[in-house]
Amino acid sequence: MSIKIENLTHIYMPGTPFEKKALDNVNVEIKDGEFVALIGHTGSGKSTFVQHLNGLLKPSSGRIIINDTCITEGKVKLSEIRKKVGLVFQYPEYQLFEETIEKDISFGPHKLGLSEEEVFSRVRRAMDMVGLNYEKYKDKSPFELSGGQKRRVAIAGVVAMEPEVLILDEPTAGLDPKGRDEILQQIKNLHREYGMTIILVSHSMEDVAKLADRILVMHKGKAILDGEPADVFKESELLESVGLAVPQVTYLIKELRKKGFDLSEDIFTIDQAVEALQKILK
Amino acid sequence: MIKNITIGQYVPGESFVHKLDPRIKIILSLVFIVNLFIIDNFSGYILVILLLAIILATGKLSPKFIYKGLKPVLVLLIITAILNIFTVKRGNLLFELGFLKVYDEGLKQAAFMALRLIFLIAGTSILTLTTSPIELTDGIEKLLKPFEKIGVPAHMIAMMMTIALRFIPTLIDETDKIMKAQMARGADFDSGNIIAKAKSLIPLLVPLFISSFRRADELAMAMEARCYKGGDGRTRMKVLKLNYNDLIAVLFFILLIIATILVNKTNLP
Repeated sequence: MSIKIENLTHIYMPGTPFEKKALDNVNVEIKDGEFVALIGHTGSGKSTFVQHLNGLLKPSSGRIIINDTCITEGKVKLSEIRKKVGLVFQYPEYQLFEETIEKDISFGPHKLGLSEEEVFSRVRRAMDMVGLNYEKYKDKSPFELSGGQKRRVAIAGVVAMEPEVLILDEPTAGLDPKGRDEILQQIKNLHREYGMTIILVSHSMEDVAKLADRILVMHKGKAILDGEPADVFKESELLESVGLAVPQVTYLIKELRKKGFDLSEDIFTIDQAVEALQKILK
Repeated sequence: MIKNITIGQYVPGESFVHKLDPRIKIILSLVFIVNLFIIDNFSGYILVILLLAIILATGKLSPKFIYKGLKPVLVLLIITAILNIFTVKRGNLLFELGFLKVYDEGLKQAAFMALRLIFLIAGTSILTLTTSPIELTDGIEKLLKPFEKIGVPAHMIAMMMTIALRFIPTLIDETDKIMKAQMARGADFDSGNIIAKAKSLIPLLVPLFISSFRRADELAMAMEARCYKGGDGRTRMKVLKLNYNDLIAVLFFILLIIATILVNKTNLP
């Protein structure tokens, strides 16, 4: 499932003193099965951008084409788009409302009009995908869980709709390191094993470097960089000038190269760095 | 989605109207409302329109904001007007439709009521458009101060209002966010009959309640951590002071009242 974004512009509250251009002529194409990371400083337009992809926001101008269907013109059934493009908001645990975890996760699938058995099997599958034991958790109240578990329930609520594209807006914000690693691992699985196209909005260069095939950098509503992690992280000066950075380990490698170590330029994860250093130090 | 609420939305500015003392603005707004009900002929409202135009011009406000504030109460306006038309049974009978009788007094009354409501809303929205919520509550607190002797908790009322006003935008944002999140999960808030619509609000209201309680709890904690213990002995950073501009505004309104009374005495329509 491909998503093509053409000349997308969005202006909040046009014609008032609060007018603000949140997106400025963005052109991006996301291909089937890609793992794209969307990074940018607070207020760069990331959240506004992803909300266009499933029709929650309407563009001020420009087009979005999902699988040859233009979702921004004419009458399109938004429920059809939301079935295909799932969006997990920031702090999704604040949207939980049901008495039990099973009921909460089945909210989305029910709204899709699926049969009881199908809903049941999807809920089980979704809980499995995010690493929640079905028997153990299904009858618990979502409000008695820890922060990380609540978040998993909320993610499962979207995953259970089995979208082809899954967008996650800062899914690890406010979690402890362990919770963060687990969530990221599960997102990786959703991409690898279930073939979902993933769009991950993130602040953390480390996470992005570990997971994404492609990085999209936004600044003041514009897409200023778009490419593979190796290419994007080469632009460390540009990234720093817009309030971002390259992964910490890349800075270390840079310093080591200056000191005469024979290391490759494109090392962005700790694992890569460990491997390369071990090779040299042997 | 829910961004079109003007009442209580402050438009920052540096104009004459913005800089008036909030106490004066609140009192003058009350005077304005009383004045609306003193007027008993249509010519009087020309004065009101003139006044509003002058305030909008000096306050550098677009009339669009006033229109936006009026839109939500349009239905109320129409209902009041219709009720007045059919229930007032004085004056000359104009025409009758079955049991419905329309008198000229009724039409007049309806027009008066509608005009009064429109100007009432316009006037009060100018107050909130040009006065920041904090100034507004400061003004109210100061105005209520003399009543503390008879047991009116002025400081508490002002603090509660400040907090409530402070959280309106936060809660609107939050509502918007939760609505979108549930819509992304397939929720539909617009279609179906009343019962279906009410039911569809559960996924919105439950999270909203939970987060309001959480916020209230956090706020109480934060206030206590900063040694808040009520209004006794609290000093303020910005002390309200009357100045020359406030005098001009008051004189201007006195002129308005005199003009209104004069117009009432004439035989203009």
